[in-house]
Formats: sequence, C-alpha cells, structure tokens
Amino acid sequence: MQPVGAAVPLRVDIAEKTFRSAQGVSVTALKNLSFEVRQGEFACLLGPSGCGKTTTLRILLGLDKQFSGSFQLPEVGSHRIAAVFQEPTLLPWRTVEQNVRLALPKDLRTKNLDGLFASLGLTGMRSLYPAELSLGLARRAALARAFATEPAVLFLDEPFVSLDGRTAEQLRRLLLAVWSARPTTALMVTHNLTEALTLSDRIIVLAPRPAHVLGIFDVSLPRQHRSPDATGDLLRSFHQTFPGVT
Amino acid sequence: MTAGDTGDRTPGGSADISTRSGPAAALMPALTVTISLLGLCLLWSLAANAWPSRAFPGPEEVWQVLLREAASGDLFYHLGATLGRVAAAYLVAMIAGSVIGILLGSYRGADRFFNPWVILFLNIPALVIIVLAYIWFGLNEVAAIGAVAVNKIPNVVVTMREGARALDPRYAEMAAVYRFGPLDRVRHILLPQLQPYLAAASRSGIALIWKIVLVVELLGRSNGVGFQIYLYFQLFDVAAILAYTLAFVAVMLVVELLLVQPVERHATRWRRRPA
Repeated sequence: MQPVGAAVPLRVDIAEKTFRSAQGVSVTALKNLSFEVRQGEFACLLGPSGCGKTTTLRILLGLDKQFSGSFQLPEVGSHRIAAVFQEPTLLPWRTVEQNVRLALPKDLRTKNLDGLFASLGLTGMRSLYPAELSLGLARRAALARAFATEPAVLFLDEPFVSLDGRTAEQLRRLLLAVWSARPTTALMVTHNLTEALTLSDRIIVLAPRPAHVLGIFDVSLPRQHRSPDATGDLLRSFHQTFPGVT
Repeated sequence: MTAGDTGDRTPGGSADISTRSGPAAALMPALTVTISLLGLCLLWSLAANAWPSRAFPGPEEVWQVLLREAASGDLFYHLGATLGRVAAAYLVAMIAGSVIGILLGSYRGADRFFNPWVILFLNIPALVIIVLAYIWFGLNEVAAIGAVAVNKIPNVVVTMREGARALDPRYAEMAAVYRFGPLDRVRHILLPQLQPYLAAASRSGIALIWKIVLVVELLGRSNGVGFQIYLYFQLFDVAAILAYTLAFVAVMLVVELLLVQPVERHATRWRRRPA
C-alpha cells in the first residue's frame, strides 16, 4: 500500500511554551517536551489535570503557533488530521450527517458512510440535530466525524470526560472497534490511567507543570487479552515503574 | 409591524406549531392577525362615527379612495416605486453594515479607531443625510437610496458587531482542524452564528427604512407613497393619506408573513423543540 520509507511517525519536540497573562505574569506550560508516536500506533499522553496536555494538543493541531520548537506529522496517505475535542463541538444548526460530511474534503463528501454510522450505533440519528442527542451520542457523532475523514493522524482530547462510567466504557469499546477496523496513528490525552491502559499501545507519562516526559510505558499485551485481571497486573507494574503517578 | 408583534415570534414558538400539526395549525397565527385587525377597524369606525370630521374619515371612506386609486393604477405605480426603493436600500444597508460590523467585531484595533465614526453616524439626523445627499449628488435615485442606506448602516454595524464579538471560537477551531474552505466557513460557521443578529437587524431595518424612504420621496422624488402623501397633504385629503399609508403597511405585512417569517423559521429549524 504505502512505501515503507514514507512512514514518518509523529515526532514532537517542543522546547518551550509560555503563556503571558494580561497582567504580564508568565507561566511556562511546557518545557523540553519531546516524544514520538510510531506509525499506526495508539498512544496516550497521561498526566495530572492542568499539566499542559491540552496545550500540547492545541499546538499539534495548529491552533496555537506561539511556541518554540518543532513537530512533525505523519506524511502518509491523506495528510489530513482529525480531532475529537473535549466537547463534541458539533455545529448545532446542521444534522449529524451534515456535521460529518462537512468535515470531509470535497472529493469524499458523497462517500458511503452507512458502515461507519452503523458501527457507532448512529444509523437512526443521522437526520437529528445535535441538540436532540444525549452527550454520549453527540460524542459518538464527533468520533464518526473524525474517522470519516480517514486521517493520517487522529488526536483525542479526553473524549470521554464527564460521561457516566457505563457510557464511557461503552464509548471506549466503540472507539477501539472503529479504530481497529482502520488502525490510524492516534494520540489521546487523558488523566485516567485505567483508560490509557485499556486503549493504548504505549503511554507517554508527563510530569506536572511545566510538562515534560517523565517516561514511556509500553503496553505490549494485545488488546483482546486485556481482561480486568490483566489490566490490574498492568496497573501494578505501571505503579512500580512510576511511583507517585496516579 | 415593528416592536409590538415580535413577542409571539420568539425562535421556536410559531415554528413548533407548524412543524408538529401540519397546515391547519399553520393558519392559526394568520387567523389571529385577521381578527385582531378587524377589531381595530371596528374601533376606528365607531370613533369616526362619534366625531364626524373631514380630517378624520372612517374606514369605509378610506376604502373607497383605495378602490379608486387602485382602479386608476396610481396606487400600484406608487407602491411599486416605494417598495423598490425599500428593497434596494435594505439590501445595500444590510450588506454594507454586516461587512463593516463583522470586521469591527473581529478586529479590536479597528473597532477602537472607527467606533467614534459609528457613534457620529448613529447620531446624524436622517433629514440631514437626505438633504446633503440631494445637494451633493443631485435629485436622483442613487442619492435617494444611498441616503436611506447610510441612515440604516450604523444600526446594522452596531448589531452585527455584537454578533461578531459573540462568535464561538471553538467552531472556528474545529473548522481550522478539518480544513473548511472559505465559502464553507461563511455558510456553515459564520452565518448560522450571526443569524439571530441578522434577524434583529433586518426586523428593525425594514421598519425604519420604509419610514425614511417616505421622507426621501417627499423631499426629492416625483413618485412613491411619500410623494403622494405630500400631494394629498397640500390638498388636505386625509382619506387619501390614510389610504396610501394603509396600503403600504399592508404590503409590508404581506412581506413579513410570506418572506421574513418563513425565512426565519427555516433558519431556526435546528433549535431544540420542546418535548
């Protein structure tokens, strides 16, 4: 399919990111933050709340250009990036299906989305407006939008936050199902260790502000073997490697 | 058709009735309007009978004048002339005002610089702008329509500037990540967010513009409702003045019911319907 040499991983090398408040106080959010995500790998950026995870993601999405350093996105296939934000961020004045199709490039606008909607359980919701959806369903629509674009890299910013446990669990399973059907280089931000251990191939552990990489935790166990018991073992071994990180 | 009847048309209100129960329920608002107007006519008729005077004709007399003017074709000629000017001035004012307003709302530096200009133009009396336009550009159609538009533009600017300030950056960021084209951004991100502000500017705009158009016609045009009213003012013919006024109000009511409201219903169809 793709030439092997072209598979450049996601490479991040941010020297510093500083916010300056209106009063002139400056806060360093990121300092010497560098890591890599391999081609087709699902990685998690794990760190305490407010440590600069979302800031990192905003830089990678091109929404924040005030930083020193550089990053490199995978250059295979579509060149497109997709994001699932903390809030679903669907356009309230467009239906679920229009929201998904609008995110597609012109030549893909008319493509068949039946399979994607079906796998996310959204078949009956295509013509509804976002205000008519529950938060869980709106997040599924946001996932549909991200996957429909067939991105070269997918960014997820705590996409399951503020959902009840069961809904979040269900959504994680749906995410894995859709992702496995077409493994995409993905980087997810989370502060939930169990979530990271369930979903990812490797966990990039961040230190509190200013954020930098504390270490990498590889989850080599295949996802289908991650039963509750096995996840418990992973959790213990994670705590041995990174004492003090919750 | 200005402030008084906007209350029953809050977004969602009338739209729900028509979307849920079909054409029969859609006629209800029209029926209410008709009964309400008939009541006003009755009151007017009683008052005119109680105080008979040439300066206060009853509805029957006005109706006779209306039929006479309609039969001669004068009525439609002058209504058409005024309606054309209203439409032209409305379009110019909405487009120019929206563009300026959105720019001022988006760029704080520009807003700080141009804000005094906006306040200045907001406070120049309509009459002064009309007179100056006629002096500088001559007694022609462009000067007339331009003068009306310039009167309305500052109001549109102020409303649309508020709208641009209230834009949600999350939608713009989503559009940036998914690489929306410029046209898609305007159509799917910008205009839907500005729709309530556009509706507000339109509403107050149409009402204000047609009143200023009459003054423009009175001062420097040889047709239109304003010209006719001035003519009948000199003849002290109150019945004819009322006939022309009511005819034009009726036209604006039809515009409101058949154009403004359906457009607004369509634009707000996505709002949450009460369960």
